[in-house]
Amino acid sequence: MSDQDEAEPSAAPYVPTATTTAQDTGAPGPDQPGGRQPLTGNAIIKAVTEGHSVVITILAGFVALLVGAVLIVASDPVVLRAWNSFGYAPGTAFSATWSSVAAAYSALFEGAIFSPGTISAAFHGGSIAAIFYPLSLTAFEATPLILTGLSVAVCFRAGMFNIGAAGQWIGGALVATWLGYAVNLPIVLHAVVCVIGAFAGGAVIGWIVGEIKARTGAHEVILTIMLNYVMYNFLAFALSSQSLMQAPGQTNAVAPSIDGNATLPHVGGPPPQVGVGFLIALAAAAGTAWLLSRSTLGFEFRAVGASPSAARSAGIRVERVWVLAFLIAGGLAGLSASTIVQGQTAPLTTTSYGTYGFDGITVALLGRARPLGVVLAGLLFGALNAGGTVMEAATGVPSDVTNVIEALIVLFVAAPPLIRLLFRLRSTSGAGPQAVTSKGWSG
Amino acid sequence: MTATLDVPAPVRAPVSVTRRYLAAGTFILLGLIDIFVFGLFAHRGDAVFALSLPGATPKLPGIHVPGALTAYLLGAISIGLGILRALVDLPRWGKRLTIAIALLCFLLALLAWADAGSSVGPLQVIDLLQGTLTASIPLVLGALAGLMCERSGVINIAIEGQLLTGAFTAAAVASATGGVWLGLIGGSLTGGLVGLILAIFAITFLVDQIIVGVVLDVIALGLTNYLYDRVMVPYANTFNTGNTFGTLKIPVLGNIPIIGPVFFDANVFLYITYALILIIQIALFRTRWGLRVRAVGEHPVAADTVGIRVLWTRYRNVILGGLIAGIGGAYLTVGSVGFFTSNISSGFGYIALAAMIFGRWTPLGSVAAALLFGFSYQLQTELSVLRVPVSSFILLMAPYVATIIAVAGLVGRVRPPAADGKPYVKA
Repeated sequence: MSDQDEAEPSAAPYVPTATTTAQDTGAPGPDQPGGRQPLTGNAIIKAVTEGHSVVITILAGFVALLVGAVLIVASDPVVLRAWNSFGYAPGTAFSATWSSVAAAYSALFEGAIFSPGTISAAFHGGSIAAIFYPLSLTAFEATPLILTGLSVAVCFRAGMFNIGAAGQWIGGALVATWLGYAVNLPIVLHAVVCVIGAFAGGAVIGWIVGEIKARTGAHEVILTIMLNYVMYNFLAFALSSQSLMQAPGQTNAVAPSIDGNATLPHVGGPPPQVGVGFLIALAAAAGTAWLLSRSTLGFEFRAVGASPSAARSAGIRVERVWVLAFLIAGGLAGLSASTIVQGQTAPLTTTSYGTYGFDGITVALLGRARPLGVVLAGLLFGALNAGGTVMEAATGVPSDVTNVIEALIVLFVAAPPLIRLLFRLRSTSGAGPQAVTSKGWSG
Repeated sequence: MTATLDVPAPVRAPVSVTRRYLAAGTFILLGLIDIFVFGLFAHRGDAVFALSLPGATPKLPGIHVPGALTAYLLGAISIGLGILRALVDLPRWGKRLTIAIALLCFLLALLAWADAGSSVGPLQVIDLLQGTLTASIPLVLGALAGLMCERSGVINIAIEGQLLTGAFTAAAVASATGGVWLGLIGGSLTGGLVGLILAIFAITFLVDQIIVGVVLDVIALGLTNYLYDRVMVPYANTFNTGNTFGTLKIPVLGNIPIIGPVFFDANVFLYITYALILIIQIALFRTRWGLRVRAVGEHPVAADTVGIRVLWTRYRNVILGGLIAGIGGAYLTVGSVGFFTSNISSGFGYIALAAMIFGRWTPLGSVAAALLFGFSYQLQTELSVLRVPVSSFILLMAPYVATIIAVAGLVGRVRPPAADGKPYVKA
């Protein structure tokens, strides 16, 4: 990883190849016990012993799951009781610990990837589609995270920190919802109009940030935090006044349901819930990848991100880049809202924005602000979220533990020296600082 | 504004002229709102400002002013200031004074409008000011925590996580042991522990400081939610009994009318906050210690050359900052409501971060910014008591919009410590 990051240039026309960091982590499992095993192929051995980025990521996932296991065990009364009587029955303590962790993590896996039961059921006349149900849930959960992750990533690449994906999300959600119930359009066209509206709604909120920053030099971190709170309150205001967006006859703060024509359909029948939203997310990732690595504008983004003063000397209009980067970032966050508002049957409420905006930051960080990395990171987080829900239902372990695991993965992936230390991997390139994303407040 | 050290000049947007007219425009706009909203729509009758709490012993007479006339007058002052600001290039203190006066005019006009002809009774000025101070405590402490870190060159986005874990531990310890002081200490130490983790990753493992901060916030939220569900809710009688500090009236000062109840009749957290503001302001700008901290934050290479231990200074400051934020977190539980609830800090850490930037990385500036937020929270409460016909969501939105306007029109570009966010690797 460090070799990769050192290759990231200072305002040079280097087109980074899509990251290889987050691969193979869709199924995080304790399958890499360390770097000491003789594996076939010199390259693999070298990669493992020297801590290649893929290896680091897998090990980071492993350590995170280990910490999660400690959390699960330490708060399980059955296990704690077994350990209290460790003196008489040491075996019980270990088996209780093991069964507690195994139950939680196998439920997590079954909820996110696949459940062995569905295969045998399929042989006995059950539905084959049911096998893919967990994977479809993962994709469903990943969809909004990929989009907010892309939003944060675009700003990172332009050297700015977008904490405002939540506010931009709300901007998109309000427009998509309004277009969804107040306008009558034929099928397909209506959904398309809503998606475009969501992009525009988010883009406006993002544009405000970029414009103020460009005109007055105000710091985008304050602006985005403040706009988030403005939008939270504006959403609550809009949904609780009958003259604005509250559903008629409702006393709760809830918007009307959107028209059937405006919903995003599912692809391939109900059980795999992969909707058009997921395809929008993938298309947006491809578009962002093209923008960042193939277009002139994307080159300007990266140049400003690497060094604003150098970019200015080279004739790039830095203020324009700030405005456009935030505009696009806002639009992507708005698209994230569109996949939720139009992809679900539930109408918009004052808590619909969830934690998509903030999760977008961790997704973008794990994905190294590269579009493909963001998609993979989004899928990993989607898997953990989908599995976490099933785990909570099956074993009573609160799904919050998956949030901790997600954050720990990001932390450990960002700290290769720590992982090298833990697993005694050789360090090849030294522990140079890795400037992936931000360079402090002054950007 | 200009960097005096040998650092790359920050990219600068052409701001000076724009900002001058933006500021003038803002003042005039505020004046027009004073006149045309608060003046024209004022109810008949006087606005009454009560200067002592109901039932307080030295009962002061309330101040009566006619609602509409006051608003017209204040609006005129504000517009006058706007014209002055546009025509004359004022010195720095003059600019600040005009900002303060224009904001004060706006607030007084708003309050006069809200209370004029109200059937509920006079506006409780003491209540408003008391509430402002107590609502500001976590923000001030959070901002001071951020400042301690960032002045030494480590960005602290983990303030939110420090507040949250501090609040959780304080509630749990105070409930389990029955000692609120133990809760305060436990909360503070937990904040310090989060600071230590931040320091280890940011300083030793050279992880991007924004990543560590964000990640620690997410972990803090997930962890406290998890433990709340698994431990606090099932064993609420042991771990979440809602112990709180009592109020502590300072003997002589507490009896002064107006000032006493506002500043010297609260629980111990307010006094700790006073002390910390004072100590940090003096320590940072008037002592050798502070000079060294700032040197490390501005130019670590130079600091190292003259023998200051850069990494040790950063470790110490980040942990100190964590301890301070932990106290702020403890305030949220043992200092006010007592009980821990899920995500009790609800974004105060981010507001504190904004207050710190808004206050230009100085203790007094951060306190002023934090007070602005505290004031608007409390103002919203007071106005909803007076049954002002404005949605409470709009009122809640006001401080954030005000901050955006202030940051854009009045403050503009701020200059962080030069080495803020940049890890130091000894060559």
